Amino acid sequence: MELLFFYLFAAGIIGASLLVVTRSNVIHAALLLVLTFFFMSGVFVLAGAEFLAVVQVLLYAGGIMVLYLFSIMLMNAEVSVRLRQFHRQSFFTIVVSLILAAEIWWKVLGGGAAYPAFKGFSWTLGTTPGNVEALGSILYTKYLFPFEVASILLLAAMIGAIVLAKRTIDR
Amino acid sequence: MIAELIAAFLKIVLVLGTISLVVAYLTYLERKIIGHIQMRMGPMRVGWHGLLQPIADGLKLFLKEDIIPSKADKIVFVIAPIMVLVPAFVVYSVLPFDENFYITQVNVGLFLVLAVSSLGVFGIVMAGWASNSKYSLLGAFRSAAQMLSYEIFLGFSLIGPLMLAGSLNFQNIVKAQSDVWFVFYQPLAFIVFFIAALAETNRIPFDLPEAETELVAGFHTEYSGMKFAFFFLAEYANIMAVSTVCIAVFFGGWGGIDAIPLPGIVWYLLKMAVLIFVFIWIRATLPRYRYDQLMRVGWKFMFPLAILNIFVTGLVKFLFL
Repeated sequence: MELLFFYLFAAGIIGASLLVVTRSNVIHAALLLVLTFFFMSGVFVLAGAEFLAVVQVLLYAGGIMVLYLFSIMLMNAEVSVRLRQFHRQSFFTIVVSLILAAEIWWKVLGGGAAYPAFKGFSWTLGTTPGNVEALGSILYTKYLFPFEVASILLLAAMIGAIVLAKRTIDR
Repeated sequence: MIAELIAAFLKIVLVLGTISLVVAYLTYLERKIIGHIQMRMGPMRVGWHGLLQPIADGLKLFLKEDIIPSKADKIVFVIAPIMVLVPAFVVYSVLPFDENFYITQVNVGLFLVLAVSSLGVFGIVMAGWASNSKYSLLGAFRSAAQMLSYEIFLGFSLIGPLMLAGSLNFQNIVKAQSDVWFVFYQPLAFIVFFIAALAETNRIPFDLPEAETELVAGFHTEYSGMKFAFFFLAEYANIMAVSTVCIAVFFGGWGGIDAIPLPGIVWYLLKMAVLIFVFIWIRATLPRYRYDQLMRVGWKFMFPLAILNIFVTGLVKFLFL
């Protein structure tokens, strides 16, 4: 059952993300990217990471993608439909993709010397109860310093964005 | 396994059916209450005191011509109402109605409700863009800005009660209030939550996305027939969902006064009725905010209040509990 759902979500991710890069209309691409995020959060649920799944939907789909859509709609999206979409560089793309695929096969799927974390990895449904608590305690004990650094970085970026935006308004 | 699946399926059908019916009758209730507040009768013609009016309305919308503008993006135009309606109904999968009656329990219940209900804005933005009309697009922009801002206050106002409950699971949140409802511990959080909820559901002091005098009807200007009805149903389903969250987090969910022994679901429905009456009452009373006022109230007044509430709750919890 879980495996069935995993393949369903995986197929969804691949299909939707392929459509994201092939659509010529930017808005359609953005909406399909949202669909990709949904399927990804489905995979997170299957992996037992409920919190991550919800954050994926709340922040990426519900927050960031709305702002993306917002800014795409404010510019003239119709222009993009008439632009040439492909650069005829398929040779390089295929080579790079093949290298990446080989790397994934070698390192992750256990073709060669796999990382220990991936060995014996299995999909389990909801075996880790309350991973909100676990996440909270580990963020505020073991990873306190990186967590605080990240939040200060975000704050600085936010203030920077406001300062930059305000300067253009004043002119 | 199969018996479980059938039981779950029946529960989902029961909840969805009830909600669709109640939502249809909320439109009747709204017209009736506003009518009486304004010294009018409200709908009177169809059935006794207009009781069959929602069914007549539904039939009318069903039989109406379904117009798709020729310059519209057809696929997105058709998907948009569905994208509004589906999240509005999906949230009911984790909402608590009674101690034993709920569709499912999740550890991240409350968080899931916030996440799923934040997706409704997509439908609105899609509808506004796909209609290819200036009024629709402007309405959608306003709506997106408003909902994104007020979503933040909605989430932040819930952190205080959550710190007291120590869980995101609705069952645990309600059980933590068996003695005192959180509205008495967290009055500030409740005020911020209620105002944010009004804005999130596009209700009257904040119904800028569909301000008739400026935008015709906002993002659903070009919609007709059943597609228009979808937006309408979603709005009322959202009101009920937000009321349920409010009851579960601030008013002790299905718990009541011990002196009057009533089943939990009755207590829940009573609280729901009171909250929905307040929603409609506010609509009949207040004028509409201006756009800059809306943003100022949000960011300069409600956001600091929500943060202050979290800070004070944390301080009290650290010092005394």
